[in-house]
Amino acid sequence: MNTNNSSNTVELPLYQLAHGRAGDKGNTSNISVIAWDSECFALLVEQLTEARVAQWFGYRHPTKVTRHVLPKLEAMNFVLEGVLDGGVNDALNLDTHGKGLSFWMLDLPITVPTALAAKLEVKEYS
Amino acid sequence: MQTDSKPKGGTTAILVPNSHIKPLYVGCATGFSGDRTDGAGPVVDTLIALGGGVLNFETLAERTLALAQVEKRKNSALGYEPLLDDLVGPVLKRCLDHKIQIVSNFGAANPQACAQRIFALARAQGLRTPRIAVVHGDDLTKPEQLTFLLKRLGSDIDPKRVVSANAYLGAGEIAQALKDGADIVVTGRVSDPSLTLGPAIAHFGWSMQDWHLMGCGTMAGHMLECGTQVTGGYYSVPGQKSVPGMDCLGFPIAEIRADGTFSVFKAANTGGRVDDRTGREQILYEVHDPARYLTPDVVADISQATVTREGKDRILIQGVTGHQRPDELKVNVCYDNGYFAEAEISYAGFQAKERAALAGETIRKRIGHLLPLRVDLIGALSIFGDDAGELMAQGYAGASRDVRLRVAGVHLQKEIAEKILREVTALYCCGPAGGGGVRTSLRPRLDTLSCTIPREAVPSGFSFVQEQRA
Repeated sequence: MNTNNSSNTVELPLYQLAHGRAGDKGNTSNISVIAWDSECFALLVEQLTEARVAQWFGYRHPTKVTRHVLPKLEAMNFVLEGVLDGGVNDALNLDTHGKGLSFWMLDLPITVPTALAAKLEVKEYS
Repeated sequence: MQTDSKPKGGTTAILVPNSHIKPLYVGCATGFSGDRTDGAGPVVDTLIALGGGVLNFETLAERTLALAQVEKRKNSALGYEPLLDDLVGPVLKRCLDHKIQIVSNFGAANPQACAQRIFALARAQGLRTPRIAVVHGDDLTKPEQLTFLLKRLGSDIDPKRVVSANAYLGAGEIAQALKDGADIVVTGRVSDPSLTLGPAIAHFGWSMQDWHLMGCGTMAGHMLECGTQVTGGYYSVPGQKSVPGMDCLGFPIAEIRADGTFSVFKAANTGGRVDDRTGREQILYEVHDPARYLTPDVVADISQATVTREGKDRILIQGVTGHQRPDELKVNVCYDNGYFAEAEISYAGFQAKERAALAGETIRKRIGHLLPLRVDLIGALSIFGDDAGELMAQGYAGASRDVRLRVAGVHLQKEIAEKILREVTALYCCGPAGGGGVRTSLRPRLDTLSCTIPREAVPSGFSFVQEQRA
């Protein structure tokens, strides 16, 4: 945890605020990001923008990143086009489906108020 | 909204059409070809306890059908789900005895042969002859159909390289076959959720133009189609997201009601977990725009959907709707596209990553000019890496004392692709110190092209099949 003294915030990896799952269709990956609670969801709507995600996946050169926000599920669905090196048929990756890419997303750093961060120290979610 | 739509205060208004019909239970016992084959037993037992229902097996991922076509070419009696006996054999008697209909795409490239195999299984077990309906029309490999498809795709590939071409059919044929008394409906390519929507249409008498209900039944199918992915599979992270009994995960069952709302739970006496967490991960799985989930039957809309806990290992899905179905059907064309080669060798101990990287650089110098190569350092950086090696070049690979070099590439010419296998094998002597455990594989590569075509170009239907005794 990196503490930022100037603003009473810390940086936490996304997986402390949300869980998610990756799926593929052709050369497009969709990655859901589902907040653990409403407070986390509000932060993610603010910080986990299309631009931020496009930058985080920059080395895969997405041709387009679209964010769909689902308030009733307190979730977002990111659609990343052109990130699978051609997808299940073309890619040379062991994981041609990009099934592991949700875990790349879940490492993304989020700036969290220290008060909320303290609550997120709980290891097991249910 | 609950299913209980009994009018209050003496009014005789019927709030929901057909609300007097009892719920439909649909269980799904596989999420893909290659899934566990022992999931059906507990699902069928639970359906029997609930008074009956429908059993789905979803077995056709995008490439599975092309592989089945290859099998059919070798032997005209094959080309259906290779694990059919293991899937159906153990539950066929119970399903026939308790009027649990089986609806599955396990017909793959050869639904007719699949039906005959099920007849043989029934006969071997001394069961009555089941009424089996086969859905046809998805296969578009006739020469004139291929010419049309390749033109539509704007592709100049030789039609001889095409292995399979299939349209995604909808729920209509399945529904009608069930209404006509089928015990078992065997399909090739249909949209996965149609395997569930079809039985719902037959059970409730839903109009296929009622887009709201089509959306609801489709999303019930969507929640089931990946098997345990809604009941605790593909979910667990030790220390964060626990799933009990992963060795005996229960497969899912949907309780679908006449108003389109549905609940999802799992087979009794099994492991796993069904709650708003597993449910939310699955409802968004392989969805792009949540307001526009395209199937042959409907444009389903989950933008306002909710997933809530309804009890232990049981969730309620509400707020789903649908819009008019797409005008055209999706088609996948699979074709031969050369050879895929991959080879691996391991390095352990001090400087393991550096030795593996040196081995990779050596291979690049020797054959990198012949074909594009991908080099992974498994244990330091592989899955997250991109084919171009950009992440590797950024120095992302972590330190590791146990690294497996993997080199992969494709080429139209077999002898060029094979060079990867030979060069990695030669690292035993000519590579860095201590390399061991070489494994190599070379296999034909199949590529997929997708397009949509008018419904009129896909002459779909179904027929009841007669048993052909040898």
